[in-house]
Amino acid sequence: MPLKTVFSTMENIQKGNINIIGKDEKKNYLFSNIYEVARDSLEYERVVIAKNLEYTIEVSKAVGNSPWYICAHDETVVCMEGATQINFIKPSDGSVIPAEEKNGVVKLDRKPEGIKMGIVKIKFGHQALLPAGAAYQFNASEISVLMIQSVIGDESIERWADICEV
Amino acid sequence: MENDIVEFKGLVITEGEHRVSDDVSTHGYHSFEIGQYRFERDEYFVSIHHPKGTHSMDVDHFLRDTMRDVAWGFFYGWLNFDDVFGTCNRYGSVDMYTGTYNGAYREAGSDYIERFDSNELLACLKEMLSDWVNEGFNPFQAPQETGTSVGRKNGNNDEALAFQRETAERMVSMPGDAQIRTDEGGTPVNRHFSDVAQDEPEVLAEPGFENELGAYNFFAYLSRSPVTWNPSIASVVKASAYCPTSEEHALPVIHGNDRVEWFIQLSDELIWETGDKVTGAPRARVTMKAGDVSVMPADIRHAGLSPKRSMLLVWENMTPGLEKRYASGELPPVPVSF
Repeated sequence: MPLKTVFSTMENIQKGNINIIGKDEKKNYLFSNIYEVARDSLEYERVVIAKNLEYTIEVSKAVGNSPWYICAHDETVVCMEGATQINFIKPSDGSVIPAEEKNGVVKLDRKPEGIKMGIVKIKFGHQALLPAGAAYQFNASEISVLMIQSVIGDESIERWADICEV
Repeated sequence: MENDIVEFKGLVITEGEHRVSDDVSTHGYHSFEIGQYRFERDEYFVSIHHPKGTHSMDVDHFLRDTMRDVAWGFFYGWLNFDDVFGTCNRYGSVDMYTGTYNGAYREAGSDYIERFDSNELLACLKEMLSDWVNEGFNPFQAPQETGTSVGRKNGNNDEALAFQRETAERMVSMPGDAQIRTDEGGTPVNRHFSDVAQDEPEVLAEPGFENELGAYNFFAYLSRSPVTWNPSIASVVKASAYCPTSEEHALPVIHGNDRVEWFIQLSDELIWETGDKVTGAPRARVTMKAGDVSVMPADIRHAGLSPKRSMLLVWENMTPGLEKRYASGELPPVPVSF
């Protein structure tokens, strides 16, 4: 009988555990679960689940249309559940693009004027590039879980006490 | 004392190339010497001789550990082959130790450590692998996927030893970057991942933007990994690197961190047993299931067990000089306090 590969969803969370044996504490492992974090988040919040100096991995629950965002550096997104379309625009107003040294994504007030770059449609297990200087918007056709590789910024939400095992 | 044992600043590099025995043993293998270390193998075991004694290891385990040491360029920090022997990357040089990071050995004064130029030691280990790995055995593959490592000298598997991991500069699938794995490219879906979807995303770029947008099936990419416990680099954001890997059976080494790293379990289950980086004293057992996230603090070592082939995302920070900042205490071993 072929083996079954086990994945989680927000409706069916597989969660492990920490067994302390010696001189240690559960808090030291900053142990959380992507699907729990997404389930308990508001739409399009970007909750930090991993942090290494200024670098982050953030989880977002995608429902319908997101705001428009733009970033001075690349980001990537992995669809961990569901399906999402990403719309890209090259802004015609250069002032919309954050300064090169600006870390993290910036949320825009409105859809920017500019040239349509195209769309990318990702489903479960797919990874897409969110290129530097390109404005983007998520459009989730079903409730989705997105895992975003980025740098700590204005939209990054840290709530470690809420998400980590202690 | 703690920093001394972590950094060993006073250790001088032993100069000179390694030496290979002219003759082979009755089992058909050469022995290897570098500095004060001498390595021999028989049908089942490797003997590691040093000025304070000899340590023995199961040959299968030793070859899998050595393969990772070579493939990872000695990696970050400590690669403990077991609870006695291992290497520590000093970035340009490498410490090879026996008992130095084992509390009992140190207390008894039975430990031994020697520092080598990285390239010299790498050359020694590569030649050792070529001589000691027989035809049909691939130290990158899980035990059920490959032949045996034991027995008398029987050919070689240099082709398997030459495997190079893929390292994306920006993201897999982007033009000019590492590409997706395919049947035609010699990377079929692994038997444990036969149910993983292989559909590719749709990238509908407007004219002129074809090289700027990209996406691929990340999980399918992992399902086709031909090796275990050997991270590739799939995407990079500044110094942030996604290093996904497929894992089956046991991580050959017990990895002692010289910096923080993070694990995100993408599928199935993986068990980590952690211990104190310096003494090896057990600290915790961390069982991770699909969707779980855990940091591996900079003051531990960790051993991994994956009962079924599973997908793991290892997340690394490639900022230069991090090991010094952790060793000095500038950066805490746990990156977040709350």
